[in-house]
Amino acid sequence: MTEKIKSILETVMDPEIPTLSIVDLGIVTGIISETEGQAHIKLTPTFSGCPALKIMETMVHDKLIEEGYTDVKVHTSFDVQWNSNMISDKGLAALKKHGLAPPPKHDGYFELDVLSDTPCPLCDSRNTTMSTPFGPTLCRSMHYCNNCKNAFEGFKPVG
Amino acid sequence: MEFTDKHVQGLKDLLYKMADDLLIIGHRNSEWTGLGPVLEEDIAFSSMAQDKVGQSLALYEILHQLGESDPDTVAFTRNAPQFHCSQLVELPIGEYDFSLVRHFFFDHADAIRFDMLATTVVEPLQMVAKKFRGEIKYHTMHADIWMKQLGESDEAKMRIQNTINEVFPFALGMFEPSEFEAELIEAGIFDGEFALREKWLNKVVPLLESFGYTVPNAETIIPEFGGRKGQHTEHLQPLLDEMTEVFAIDPGAEW
Repeated sequence: MTEKIKSILETVMDPEIPTLSIVDLGIVTGIISETEGQAHIKLTPTFSGCPALKIMETMVHDKLIEEGYTDVKVHTSFDVQWNSNMISDKGLAALKKHGLAPPPKHDGYFELDVLSDTPCPLCDSRNTTMSTPFGPTLCRSMHYCNNCKNAFEGFKPVG
Repeated sequence: MEFTDKHVQGLKDLLYKMADDLLIIGHRNSEWTGLGPVLEEDIAFSSMAQDKVGQSLALYEILHQLGESDPDTVAFTRNAPQFHCSQLVELPIGEYDFSLVRHFFFDHADAIRFDMLATTVVEPLQMVAKKFRGEIKYHTMHADIWMKQLGESDEAKMRIQNTINEVFPFALGMFEPSEFEAELIEAGIFDGEFALREKWLNKVVPLLESFGYTVPNAETIIPEFGGRKGQHTEHLQPLLDEMTEVFAIDPGAEW
């Protein structure tokens, strides 16, 4: 039963990145469905201060009600702490499709130098410069591609 | 180990001071929105403000689970004497050099605090500390880059140096011990303010020296204590009045 819920949640998109589902983003950390109509969902924030989280809770709730679930609970928990390695391969491709450089994989701790040669999502050049690690949302950094001369945003690696 | 009332009181005191620090510095950081010296700094301080306020919410939630009022009530209905933030975070944003130096001192302390709490026996606190650790890395990196760069020109270096001297007693005030230090250490909740202060000095002193600054001797400076016990500068209450202005119009409103 949880597999069916997971496939439904794959159609719930990040409100700020419409090509990326919340499942591929890696923020769905628990699905409980033991009886007919039950869907208890646990989400974890990408950043503690992410304002999209409440919106995503509501989107998940409404979607499951729309799909006929009657006992729907959605709550946020830090018991699994999100990190950027939790974005699926499909999710990384979806980020790139949206024009956002995907975060590099890391092993827990990483130096932020990794941001300085972020590949350009438009032309794949590594000849890029990070302008600032703080972008229009908490999860994005801002970069410039010296090759195709475009400014672009990256999805930040988080350990 | 079974927690006694004193352990729980100590834990709540710890959570309140951490959460209040974050809420108040978050508010101060947000005052740079629209005013940053360059656009990138405007965005940086605004982003950090958002992180800080988000982190304070997570800590107020833990307090709520421990029986305290809900986060909105706690954040918006207390007056200055009920706040446990350090005086460092409540000081006005001043010139950019003041905000930068404060940010440098505060974020290195918080980064180490979260690192220490990543192994606390208090599970919900351990979880958020692990989460915050990844987020704050961007804050310390930001502070380090600017402190380093501004040390490379004479005028900027002089301004930053003067500000370091001015802010240092307030920075040391962050480590004001509580009356529960022994209980917190004994129960494995937190290794205490003294241990934190030592780790912090070992981090910020060599770093500042490598950027070419001189750091006052922590042993001969009298720290600006009081904040943890509700004794604040005249700057906190006006901040709270502004922060709660909308809430106060209709405290029971559904948002």
